[in-house]
Amino acid sequence: MVKFEIHDLNIWFGSVHAIKHINMEIQSNEILSVIGPANSGKTTFLRMLNRLNDLNQNFKMNGEVRLDNEDIKNIDMELLRKRVGMVFALPLPLPLSIFDNVVYGLRMHGIKNKKVLEERAEESLKEAYLWEEVKDRLSESAFKLSGGQQQRLCIARTLAVEPEVILFDEPCSGLDPISTAKVEDAMVKLKEKYTLVLVTNNVKQAARVGDRTAFFLSGELIELDKTDKIFTAPQDKRTDGYIRGKFG
Amino acid sequence: MKNPYRTQNIAFFFLFLATLLIVVPVGLIIVIIIQKGLPAINWQFLSDIPRQGMRAGGIFPAIVGTVYLVTGAIILALPIGLLAAIYLSEYSKDNLLNRLIKLAIVNLAGVPSVVYGLFGLALFVVFFKFGASILSGSLTLGIMILPVIITTSREALESVPQSFREVSLSLGASKWQTIRHIVLPNAIPGILTGTILGLGRAAGETAPILFTVAAFYLPRLPNSIFDQAMALPYHLYVISTQVPNVAEKIRYGTAFVLLALVLIMNLVAIIIRYKFRKRKKW
Ligand SMILES: Nc1ncnc2c1ncn2[C@@H]1O[C@H](COP(=O)(O)OP(=O)(O)OP(=O)(O)O)[C@@H](O)[C@H]1O
Ligand SMILES: [Mg+2]
Repeated sequence: MVKFEIHDLNIWFGSVHAIKHINMEIQSNEILSVIGPANSGKTTFLRMLNRLNDLNQNFKMNGEVRLDNEDIKNIDMELLRKRVGMVFALPLPLPLSIFDNVVYGLRMHGIKNKKVLEERAEESLKEAYLWEEVKDRLSESAFKLSGGQQQRLCIARTLAVEPEVILFDEPCSGLDPISTAKVEDAMVKLKEKYTLVLVTNNVKQAARVGDRTAFFLSGELIELDKTDKIFTAPQDKRTDGYIRGKFG
Repeated sequence: MKNPYRTQNIAFFFLFLATLLIVVPVGLIIVIIIQKGLPAINWQFLSDIPRQGMRAGGIFPAIVGTVYLVTGAIILALPIGLLAAIYLSEYSKDNLLNRLIKLAIVNLAGVPSVVYGLFGLALFVVFFKFGASILSGSLTLGIMILPVIITTSREALESVPQSFREVSLSLGASKWQTIRHIVLPNAIPGILTGTILGLGRAAGETAPILFTVAAFYLPRLPNSIFDQAMALPYHLYVISTQVPNVAEKIRYGTAFVLLALVLIMNLVAIIIRYKFRKRKKW
């Protein structure tokens, strides 16, 4: 099933043409990896999907983006962001307790019942492989957790609002290999229920977890295919060069 | 070759000297006022009305008047100032007009207080016909401290990291929810600091209340907000320059009470800020 459908997408920040004529689809329950060198537009692409770019007053966009066959411009912004969650590059806990972080989104959507909140918090923390580590310290400040734990907390916080799609922007860039492995485990498990888009600077990570991989260069989508194919028999020289460059 | 340590020592000496030049006069003023004013302080001085043409008795009506005026000023200035700061920092676009507005507000904080006094006289006393009253005085003081409150509150709001806002919005919170639950709570220390600095200024100024509320001699408490009132800074001015033969003790006692009032407010601001900073976690 197609989750996102993108037709002739262009994005500008002032005079910078950051995304150029992109056409693609994102399938339900896949992990789509997005790779590419710095400034190739990966983050811009990702933040377009939950309309976070709209915060920038120089942002301009044309083309069409459809979520479940509905133009995202016509979806209420808060509802869209509830359906399309995001995990940022750096662990960004809110200055609240662990528990309050996890249930923040639920509270903003009007859920007050303590029992419901507690249940959802436990479920989400388990899904993010963090429950065992924090279950006895839920009322402590989220800043007392390690970086890797904070990032899994951010994942749990995103899961708690029960999104359909989760966007990851280089979620492991600040993490050690063991924390990275834990986050990757969580992601692979999550695709059973969610659609995942993973922007990563780490080509190996794309190869490990992605079902399909998209290669961006200077705002253009150069190639999008099954991860195996991208990594064994890429169609475009530039894809090949980028992957080899990183591997070699 | 120059000796870098010598250059550093010389720089250090001048920096230290500059600090000293600031600290010593302020310290001296405080010491003198405490030394000469403290002996005047007793329960009667604080709780009695002025007697014998202000040469004896206490300063209770002036204390009460100042408290009323400052309270009135803050009731007016805090909500308006906070809303303006929220608008400027969270909602207004970053364009030339808004940058000019921000610049104008910063500069308004530097306008001499006597100008606010004349403005209050023309607008509240004469035009709105509130007369010389606590209402006119509070409004004038409120307008005087608005720029301070807006500027410090705006800075406090803007110092909350943008990433917190993005996280909140990305979870589907509305803009207002984000402001209400994330931005405001983390800006409270700065907002309070600005408010209390404003309070201190309102309590200490003479010029804005001179034409709008201050009574030369009113040995009773005000009855309503349309009544005139005595106020500490004006009372101090009166007994220092307008009434002959007031004992030095009484003058410095009044100065001491005013100073203590302002210092206590600043102290409260520092404590609150310290408390919140300990809770601040990023
Ligand atoms: N807020 C912004 N304002 C102005 N230009 C921007 C903004 N965000 C992105 N750009 C521009 O858009 C282009 C794409 O940037 P983007 O951040 O999407 O790249 P990226 O692929 O995520 O790079 P990286 O790997 O370094 O994160 C760049 O030329 C960048 O300068
Ligand atoms: Mg990026």
